[in-house]
Amino acid sequence: MDAHAPPTPAAHEPEHPSAVVYVKIGVVLFVLTALEVGLYEFTYGGHAGAGGAALQPFFVPVLLLMSAAKFALVAMFYMHLKQDNRLFTGVFVFPLIIATVIILALIVLEAYHFAFARSG
Amino acid sequence: MSDHAHAAAQHLETSTGLDSRKLAIWTFIGSECLFFATLISNYLVHKQTWLTGPGPFPHEEWVSPAGQHFEPIIEIPLVTLGTALLLFSSLFVVLALANAQRGNRNGLLLWLGMTIMCGLFFVGMQVYEFTHFVHKGLTLKTNLFGASFFTLTGFHGTHVTLGVIWLITLWIEAVRGRIPPAKSLNLEIAALYWHFVDVVWIVIFPVVYLIK
Amino acid sequence: MATSALDQQRAHAAAGHAEPTGLLSWLTTVDHKRIGILYGSTAFFFFLVGGIEAILLRIQLGSPNNTFLSPETYNQLFTMHGTTMIFLAIMPLSAMFFNFMIPLQIGARDVAFPRLNAFSYWVFLAGGLFLNSGFLFGAAPDQGWYGYANLTSLQYSPGLNVDFWMFGLQILGIASLAAAVNFFVTILNMRAPGMTLMRMPMFTWMSFITQVLLLLAFPVITVALILLMFDRFFGTHFFVPAGGGDPLLWQHMFWIFGHPEVYILVLPGFGIVSEVLPVFSRKPLFGYAAMVFSGAFIAFLGFGVWSHHMFTTGMGPIADTFFSLTTMLIAVPTGVKIFNWLGTVWGGSIQYRVPMYFALAFIAMFIIGGLSGVMHSSPPADLQQNDSYFIVAHFHYVLFGGSIFALTAGGYYWWPKMFGRMLDETLGKVHFWLMLIGFNLTFFPMHILGLNGMPRRVYTYPEGLGFETLNRLETVGSLILALSFLVFVINIIKTWRGPRNAPADPWNGATLEWSIPSPPQEWNFAEVPVVHGRDPLWEAKRERGGPLPEPPRVSGQGIHLPHPSYWPLVAALGVAGVMVGVMAEPKVGPWGIMAGGLILFIGVFNWAFEPAG
Repeated sequence: MDAHAPPTPAAHEPEHPSAVVYVKIGVVLFVLTALEVGLYEFTYGGHAGAGGAALQPFFVPVLLLMSAAKFALVAMFYMHLKQDNRLFTGVFVFPLIIATVIILALIVLEAYHFAFARSG
Repeated sequence: MSDHAHAAAQHLETSTGLDSRKLAIWTFIGSECLFFATLISNYLVHKQTWLTGPGPFPHEEWVSPAGQHFEPIIEIPLVTLGTALLLFSSLFVVLALANAQRGNRNGLLLWLGMTIMCGLFFVGMQVYEFTHFVHKGLTLKTNLFGASFFTLTGFHGTHVTLGVIWLITLWIEAVRGRIPPAKSLNLEIAALYWHFVDVVWIVIFPVVYLIK
Repeated sequence: MATSALDQQRAHAAAGHAEPTGLLSWLTTVDHKRIGILYGSTAFFFFLVGGIEAILLRIQLGSPNNTFLSPETYNQLFTMHGTTMIFLAIMPLSAMFFNFMIPLQIGARDVAFPRLNAFSYWVFLAGGLFLNSGFLFGAAPDQGWYGYANLTSLQYSPGLNVDFWMFGLQILGIASLAAAVNFFVTILNMRAPGMTLMRMPMFTWMSFITQVLLLLAFPVITVALILLMFDRFFGTHFFVPAGGGDPLLWQHMFWIFGHPEVYILVLPGFGIVSEVLPVFSRKPLFGYAAMVFSGAFIAFLGFGVWSHHMFTTGMGPIADTFFSLTTMLIAVPTGVKIFNWLGTVWGGSIQYRVPMYFALAFIAMFIIGGLSGVMHSSPPADLQQNDSYFIVAHFHYVLFGGSIFALTAGGYYWWPKMFGRMLDETLGKVHFWLMLIGFNLTFFPMHILGLNGMPRRVYTYPEGLGFETLNRLETVGSLILALSFLVFVINIIKTWRGPRNAPADPWNGATLEWSIPSPPQEWNFAEVPVVHGRDPLWEAKRERGGPLPEPPRVSGQGIHLPHPSYWPLVAALGVAGVMVGVMAEPKVGPWGIMAGGLILFIGVFNWAFEPAG
């Protein structure tokens, strides 16, 4: 080896979850997906009733919350963000923040445009 | 420093202690977040106006001025199956990686093979859905829903396809015994890309298929 | 067993022999220094092309009702001038410095991914050639460098012009993204022992922030260009009102990219000036931490100001106010930087050498450009200024007075390190004064013309509006500017003929690149340095009590270097092939796309499975 002071020692590979944990998360993901579709059917589906109608204002937020949970589970456990160096989390989350800001900004700006600024 | 020592020491001698290739794939994934965010924004922006016909539309019936009737075009069951399989493929690739890290070649081949199968099924589902929509009168040109839908899901599908090709290449390498534990990072990097593609679908599925 | 030329090169590299020369060595190089020189020479060539385009524009505008250029040619020239200067001059000139200097400044032997680095260059070259090939067909891009919809729709731009622009930019985007990943990882992972992030040279810091901007901004324009392509090729209506689309969506998407892009253009220059001022004031940079955080803040906030380019599109008072506030806010960290530069020079022992001239002029010119920028940040004021020459004045002051002056300072500063020769001081000062005078003569009157009502993007103007004199003056100014670059070229040629004997540290520098021979040997550092603080070389000189001895050239035996490879070039050809196929006629096109795709696949495949370097 060269005779120079070594840089930061290699990051110890963090302990990964066991296969059982992975499978459990897989089941949760499946259940959440089923719930998403179930929520849709209940609220807007062919046999939707009064309960569905009552749920309509909450549909989008609840749905997006469930999707966000799935997103977080895959990111934290399958992509190992929870166990790995926090730099990886930063490299992923920072663009996500910018991305969210852009999506929201474009929706708002274009909504205004379509509502008020288009002529005919 | 000899070649051998260099190769062994290479991914340890970084300022962060992290492997450069792993950092690179995460960086690429971060950048891709903006790519899909722009496509999703495009879809959502146009969603506000596309009911200015002609149909068909995803959830809404539409009748043309000439009286032609268009049913809602989205069919949930098949897509849900594809979604579930894509989710399971993420599970399978994580199991494949665990096996690779442990040096269990058979486990690696099994789970990686299952991942590829799920990926292929998903692509097949998308191809079927696209051709089905075209038969029902929806193309890129028909209306803004068609344009935005095919662009967004088409680019996602392309990413999935590239991922499948990547995984197949690794599967062949694994068959040849070229993914020992010391080289499991090669699979980990592909797996991270694969998970990302899955995560993008986790966003697209409700936004396109479930939200009216 | 017969050995190929490439194998022989690899053997050379492994045995530590003298650097190979010849065309093949340049085509297969993965050495960051050579790639930097490739970027720099290509970029300088395109800068001259863009400059000639500008001179032609100025000749046309020098007189009212002029017929030197037709309106169509004028449109092509001003579009290509802008596109060339931004994507083919300033960005790759910065890339030259990223490539050559970042590894040296952080004490590394190369970047994290040397072959990806080569790939980025070849793809850039392909993009530059692709973009300019429109001239061969009489169909150079003519829709402005920002390509507003729906001028770019098939209805209003049926020719090939927009297609050359669209696909050219996509090719360039690939190059930029690949390079950004590379330098992001390099700066995080390849620093010498002891070089924490807060001990990095400021050029490396600003370049790091620039890579983040590249990574986040380019995907947005990639998508925008894809949507435009679909409108033009597949009959979609994303930006076409008749089909329910919205031209304004293009503007949003373009400027979400476009505004961070201007910070991509100027932040490296900020970094260069932050290197030059301390060295030539013999004083450390004032407020290092504030410089880092203000740079990061500018980059972050740069994603929140884009619609200040759209104040005249009727977004409504709430949007106008929001973006006006963020734009005014971004002036604050910029101001912090300016005061810190002044604070660096204040009380220093100023060395009036050519790099310092350009760096000091940068401060003054950038302040002027920044002031006009703040003036635009008020929507009511911008209603008058937008689409007038006042805007042209603003962006030339920040991009030329800012970026180009800074890059020129970097050129003179780092020339001896890169080429082993000093540029001539006297000729350098002539270059400087001609450039300063020519620049201000060309662009200052534009403020006045703009406020007096001269619109942008007009190929001529009538008599009697009071525009003649100032336009004539600006044209003369542009010729003086051209002369200044002629002097620069003469300087290069003259000193190139001299001996290659520049010292390792001609300027009494503070950072690691001055600790190795000029030009550096292939492996950069004979021994990887250990760093104990900022300005490591000044610290070393302090400890020694005097200048450091000239570093010897060593044999390099046993130092491992990445092998040369031609797969990056092959992959780049594949990318180019695909794009050419997309543009080609329907009978030929699909074959081109498939051929290009196959070449790309082969290139990437072999690259991935090449024996580790």
